[in-house]
Amino acid sequence: MRILGISAFYHDSAAALLVDGRPVAAAQEERFTRIKHDQSFPEHAIRYCLAEGGIDLDAVDHVVFFEKPLLKFERLLETYLARAPSGFSQFRKAMPVWLKDKLFQKAAIARELAPFSPSGDIEPKLLFAGHHQSHAASAFFPSPFEEAVVLTMDGVGEWATTSVTIGRGNRLETVREIRWPHSLGLLYSAFTYYTGFKVNSGEYKVMGLAPYGEPRFKDLILEKIVQVRPDGSFWLDQRYFDYTTGLTMTSRRFHDLFGAPPRHPDAPLTQRDMDLAASIQAVTEEIVLRITRNLAATYRIPNLCLAGGVALNCVANGKVLRDGAFEKVWVQPAAGDAGGALGAAYAAYHLHAGRERIVDSGLDSMSGAYLGPAFTQADIETRLTRCGAVFRALGDNDTLEATSSALERGHAVGWFQGRMEFGPRALGARSILGDPRNPEMQRTLNLKIKFRESFRPFAPSVMAEHAADWFEIDAPSPYMLMVADVAKDHRRAMTGDEASRFGIDKLNVPRSSVPAVTHVDYSARIQTVHRETNPRYHALLDTFRSRTGCPMLVNTSFNVRGEPIVASPEDAFRCFMGTGMETLVVGNCVLDKAQQNPALAEDYTSRFERD
Amino acid sequence: MLALFRELSLYMTARRKWWLAPVIGSLALVGGLLVLAKGSAVAPFIYTVF
Repeated sequence: MRILGISAFYHDSAAALLVDGRPVAAAQEERFTRIKHDQSFPEHAIRYCLAEGGIDLDAVDHVVFFEKPLLKFERLLETYLARAPSGFSQFRKAMPVWLKDKLFQKAAIARELAPFSPSGDIEPKLLFAGHHQSHAASAFFPSPFEEAVVLTMDGVGEWATTSVTIGRGNRLETVREIRWPHSLGLLYSAFTYYTGFKVNSGEYKVMGLAPYGEPRFKDLILEKIVQVRPDGSFWLDQRYFDYTTGLTMTSRRFHDLFGAPPRHPDAPLTQRDMDLAASIQAVTEEIVLRITRNLAATYRIPNLCLAGGVALNCVANGKVLRDGAFEKVWVQPAAGDAGGALGAAYAAYHLHAGRERIVDSGLDSMSGAYLGPAFTQADIETRLTRCGAVFRALGDNDTLEATSSALERGHAVGWFQGRMEFGPRALGARSILGDPRNPEMQRTLNLKIKFRESFRPFAPSVMAEHAADWFEIDAPSPYMLMVADVAKDHRRAMTGDEASRFGIDKLNVPRSSVPAVTHVDYSARIQTVHRETNPRYHALLDTFRSRTGCPMLVNTSFNVRGEPIVASPEDAFRCFMGTGMETLVVGNCVLDKAQQNPALAEDYTSRFERD
Repeated sequence: MLALFRELSLYMTARRKWWLAPVIGSLALVGGLLVLAKGSAVAPFIYTVF
């Protein structure tokens, strides 16, 4: 049975193809259109998925959309009705969107799919899964568990903002829900907005900023804005927010509470912003931990699956793992709305069609999230030649040695190999790599390669078998969705002067023998690299380890600020030429910047809207 | 358009929300006027709650 899942029209459009219960292809539309968080119908992603499966749409049994538009419309109408007349400003904006487009999504989907179907027989195949049902399915069905508690938390779908589902075999049963407008995702987004970052993409920055601050507003938030009960359920005082009826996230009362209007995006970051970030991060962790502890005690199931945008908060995930209420925690790598495409397909396969589930006894059924397009060596050489690139085509081992050598010389290396990752993280297929021992690497990567804020941390990719030697983690974290501390043996003790520094000044103090991946609180966002899912990347790490004794590399996504991660060799070459990257490795082609024609460098960064 | 009405009636039956029918009708009327008046269907830049 072949099922195509689609998410679209809100943010992070994507498509996923499930064949007999296994994901064979999945990709986000942004990678093809080069528009970050592209919300348009994912025609390129669908074309890729069908091509990867070697089929056209007529061979697909079901096409499943990741949410139910009419229920969303119901939520909007009831909200406007309940808050009338104060919601007119949003109503005025929302209704034309709905009356022109969104109410006709079924017809629009059928129309967009028509070019992929020779027979044109599409509508009978169309199904609609619930938004949180899609998230829950994406979290449970590909997980390595026969039975698990599934917790999904995000901004909002139809009505639910948080849901608890019990997964057993091929069934999912929703047992609890928190509904709109009480939303942990929207609470975090409200602080993202208030601290001057872009809602829906700046949440990572708030999380990265939090360790520079003190959570001095935590009690105020819990006293005035959010009521949290012992079981972790929460209630947001809507007087502090504007998102149900207005066009911003926070209200004047919110600004008065914290004594200032929202930070302008171009204004410098202050210690207060860092303290706000630390505070909302602490509140989020407290809510998530209360929920998970209560769920573990209530259902007495040792496994937890997570999805929804809040599950991308890897700091909170790491705390849930270390808390130990659940023995094992698995997070869907595409935890945001893109993963809803895969979840919707899973939901149709198991819940609608009733097909049996085969649990993968290894890591999971996600194939390491390497579900996107790949390019053959011959194709790579043709494409690079067409770009005017100068490259050396080497053998496998020589490529690894040359890459390792460049990394040891302090180069930032573009690493483009095999199938593209599905989800927001680069996991060693479309990555920029660096030497984590180099104390200048974080600053260099942030300012010369990524053109982004200097405070933002970088993550280590570490060989899975060496992870416990370097970090305080004893579980796999293949998707960079768990944060753990650097092992004490590898930390560097602070001098009195260093320990007394505040805020961004903390950044300049090396804290371990791998300073480029050690955040100011000694934490690291770990990716464990497994030979089973990415043998090529694992081999590179092993080569670097044998030459340096260090089994890890800095891994950041292959893009600049505001740009989607590169998808093709052409994208990779453009990014390489437009940034300070010194070496690019695409397949077995090695490119040195010094040998390239400087005229091919474009003004690259101004092409992308800042995130 | 007929398909949409069919979908809406199926939805209201399934959700037992026939009371929404006059609301949808009147809001659609106001919304339709807004479409005609403004001619714009661009979602504003906040969290995509709709």
